[in-house]
Amino acid sequence: MEFFLITLLNSLSYGLLLFMLSSGLTLIFSMMGVLNFAHASFYMLGAYFAYQTGLVFGFWPALFLAPILVGVVGAITERYGLRKVHKFGHVAELLFTFGLAYVIEEVVHLIWGRAPVDYRIPESLNFTLFTLFNTQYPAYRAFMMLVSVGMLVSLYLVLTKTRIGLIVQASLTHPEMVQALGHNVPRVFMLVFAGGCALAGLAGVLGGNLFITEPGMAFSVGSIVFVVVVVGGMGSLVGAFIASLLIGSIQTFSVGFDYSFIDLMAALGVIIDSNSSWYAGLSITISQTAPVLPYLLMVLMLIVRPRGLMGTRET
Amino acid sequence: MERAFNKSRLILWSSVALLFVLLPFVFPGGFALSILSQLGIAIIFALSYNMLLGQTGLLSFGHAVYFGLGAFVTAHAINFVESGVFGLPISFMPLVGGLAGLVFSLILGFVTTRRPGTPFAMISLGIAEMVAASALMFTTFFGGEGGIVTNRTAGGAVWGISYGPQVQVYYLIAVWCFISMALMFVITRTPLGRIANAVRDNPERTQFVGYNPTRVRWIMMSLAGFFAGIGGALTTINYEIITAESLGLMASGNVVLMAFIGGIGQFWGPIIGAVLVTFLQSFLSNFTQAWLLYFGLLFLLIILFSPGGISSIITIHAPVWRAGVMKRLLPSYMFALWAGFVTLVGIIGVIELLYRGTLVVGVHVAVTWVFAGLLVLVGAFFLRRAIRAVAQVWADLTPELARWS
Amino acid sequence: MELGDRMNQHALALVDVRKRFGQTEIINGVNLEIVAGERHALIGPNGAGKSTLFNLISGRFPVSSGSIALNGTDITSKEPQVINRLGLSRSFQINNIFPKLSVFENLRCSVLWVLGYRYSFFKRISALRDAKESAEHTLEMIGLENRREKMAGELTYAEQRALEIGITIASGASVILLDEPTAGMSRSETDVAVELISRVTEGKTLLMVEHDMGVVFDLADRISVLVYGEVIASGTPAEIRMSKKVQEAYLGTAVDGDEE
Repeated sequence: MEFFLITLLNSLSYGLLLFMLSSGLTLIFSMMGVLNFAHASFYMLGAYFAYQTGLVFGFWPALFLAPILVGVVGAITERYGLRKVHKFGHVAELLFTFGLAYVIEEVVHLIWGRAPVDYRIPESLNFTLFTLFNTQYPAYRAFMMLVSVGMLVSLYLVLTKTRIGLIVQASLTHPEMVQALGHNVPRVFMLVFAGGCALAGLAGVLGGNLFITEPGMAFSVGSIVFVVVVVGGMGSLVGAFIASLLIGSIQTFSVGFDYSFIDLMAALGVIIDSNSSWYAGLSITISQTAPVLPYLLMVLMLIVRPRGLMGTRET
Repeated sequence: MERAFNKSRLILWSSVALLFVLLPFVFPGGFALSILSQLGIAIIFALSYNMLLGQTGLLSFGHAVYFGLGAFVTAHAINFVESGVFGLPISFMPLVGGLAGLVFSLILGFVTTRRPGTPFAMISLGIAEMVAASALMFTTFFGGEGGIVTNRTAGGAVWGISYGPQVQVYYLIAVWCFISMALMFVITRTPLGRIANAVRDNPERTQFVGYNPTRVRWIMMSLAGFFAGIGGALTTINYEIITAESLGLMASGNVVLMAFIGGIGQFWGPIIGAVLVTFLQSFLSNFTQAWLLYFGLLFLLIILFSPGGISSIITIHAPVWRAGVMKRLLPSYMFALWAGFVTLVGIIGVIELLYRGTLVVGVHVAVTWVFAGLLVLVGAFFLRRAIRAVAQVWADLTPELARWS
Repeated sequence: MELGDRMNQHALALVDVRKRFGQTEIINGVNLEIVAGERHALIGPNGAGKSTLFNLISGRFPVSSGSIALNGTDITSKEPQVINRLGLSRSFQINNIFPKLSVFENLRCSVLWVLGYRYSFFKRISALRDAKESAEHTLEMIGLENRREKMAGELTYAEQRALEIGITIASGASVILLDEPTAGMSRSETDVAVELISRVTEGKTLLMVEHDMGVVFDLADRISVLVYGEVIASGTPAEIRMSKKVQEAYLGTAVDGDEE
């Protein structure tokens, strides 16, 4: 019971983090048709920027500064890179962001080295929020969830209630019309791209010190985010939300299960001989398969329902 | 143009074959042989990738899966030969790898090729991650961290060829490379090859001329997996060890780089890319830690300014060559090259300085910084003008070239 | 007459076809019968659903309800390639060609399936004489011989339109659907196109969507008028010209403000 509740809470905070990432990706994709391969790289930049500015200014200013910095980088990327490549088609755009991911990772190596940096949870948040049964639940995770939810709610409000939000929504489906009405659509695109990157950066600020901050973090999280988007249905925010929580749960829960097929059989009263040639394969525990499970889910989804949970459109 | 035995094509292919045979004599020595062997494998891999990207429009981020799986299966097959389970000359092992690649791409491809474009790219990434993650789970097949070791002389010498010496391995690779190249080229000239191009251009329209685009993609994927598997087998034979790295994301990303830098619009484009990238990787990594950064930057530059890759730069000049006006381009090109070189040196300087440590500050280093920075600025300034000059010359030339294109 | 018998006699038969997108019914129960060999025009105000109807017939979208039969075979909601293989071919309002292939290659690719080459990767395409000849024949018919090796994406608009028609008829389908074939053409280009269309659809069944009344009255044996997803009139050009309902549809709702 205790395990279940704690793991559920952890899944929630991780899932929300995934959603922050996948929502930015989905927004950019819906609007510009570009799948930002480097999205997780901006996540990584957020963590590193937060670490660096945190050294000078402390955590709280960094919480605001870092995402803005990442947004600026995103805006520059869009203005001088993506916009140029746009006319060559979607494949070229995707490849551009792919190359960008490489370059960002290498630049991070360049500036901060290959080892993880000591980006830590600030003292002010480093306490136990409550103790459930025997496990202490860290306040930082709750803080993460709070910020995630707050960010997403404000995003929703901005998109649906403000003028700029409405323009953005309109540009999602009818960019030419919006441009004909006199709005600077390229600038809107740049804003959306920068906003999506800033969102990823914020996720990095939060997640970087909870999980580790190192150059490889972009690629490991990046693939999961793609799985989320595919499972949820490309272009659907609701789908991304559901998929984020689902995959967050799968990853968090599976790591805690140290049971294998052998244990299952034993529970049913069947003992499998440890000398049998199948033993090695069957003794793989669920926690060992944890890395593979999200991808397995993706493959299953593709077989059963290629457009994802809530997907509506073919690309 | 479309005659059965085009004479010039015959000459071209014969020259290639001759080149393959003579290369070890032009570049003797262990290091050269090793590079040449790597080149052969890279060419097969890059060409197989272009069957997907250039010909069918499938951007895959997981092609190394089939390369790697082919390699692993071959490793086990060779070990079976060594322990006497069955006999198969090493020379035919690439077929084993190819078949493994074929089987896996048939199975995985069935699921992945249902959707084209961006979803396919992401799915291919997911599959690649899945296989890479499984590699650590199934240690009997993948050998865990250490991989699988094998002995390329297994089974003893056949017709005096034992594959002990590297030169023999080179010729094995050369033969299979030539065969693969020829086969892949021929496939581009079959109904399937042409329809694959049509699917790339307009999948919906192919439906309305009677074709199922998913089926076309699936078949091309399987064929690409077959050739990738051949490459994988050769790499196992070459290095006598295979680890999970070979089917990982780095390897998949690498082949994307190769194909794209070389140019996906021409059959021979990826060959250029494979040669260039393999060379640079082998040499550059000895001189600088930043080689991957340079690659990434080169890749970005190509996408931004010449998405057709090096091959498109070459083909763009074909009308100029035919019209005999190459001379007109020279002055502006020289200018651009000079300015570009200066800028490049400056950028390299800045990057290398950064890598060697930002914390070390002394007068020496400061001067170098300033110098490098100046080079970048000066170079960039002139480069902009040079580019404008080049554009001008081309604008002047274009109406004249209309007859020649 | 039995429903089954009626369907068997027609090249194309639509029975109570409906299509809903979300809550909106675009096609409101269309009944249409096209006799084999006839030239049938589909006209109607903008937004009436003509292109949607084409998409339903050719399999691009599935129907919400109703049935469609091609030469007696049910093709309702089947995949486009399945319908195409049964002998129906269509063109598109917006040029839908293979831009990076040559004009000749465009046409050759259009006949490969029909000639039985399927997914073959064992035959050299240059050796396939029947494919070559068929493509050459179509090339001549659409008058693009001197554009043979040009990349399709580089043709002029009118040339692309001609190629579009070429791809559609290349496979020798017996039922041809043309979606606004003369869209965007000048007077003289239209005349050329009309002549081309009447030549290439000799002996075939033609269903076309058109806005140009001149073209319609030139080519069509029969006309159907589609308004708000329903066929309000169907008959010979003379009958349609006289029909009060049609006049209302084109003039009445626009003039009378309170008629919604």
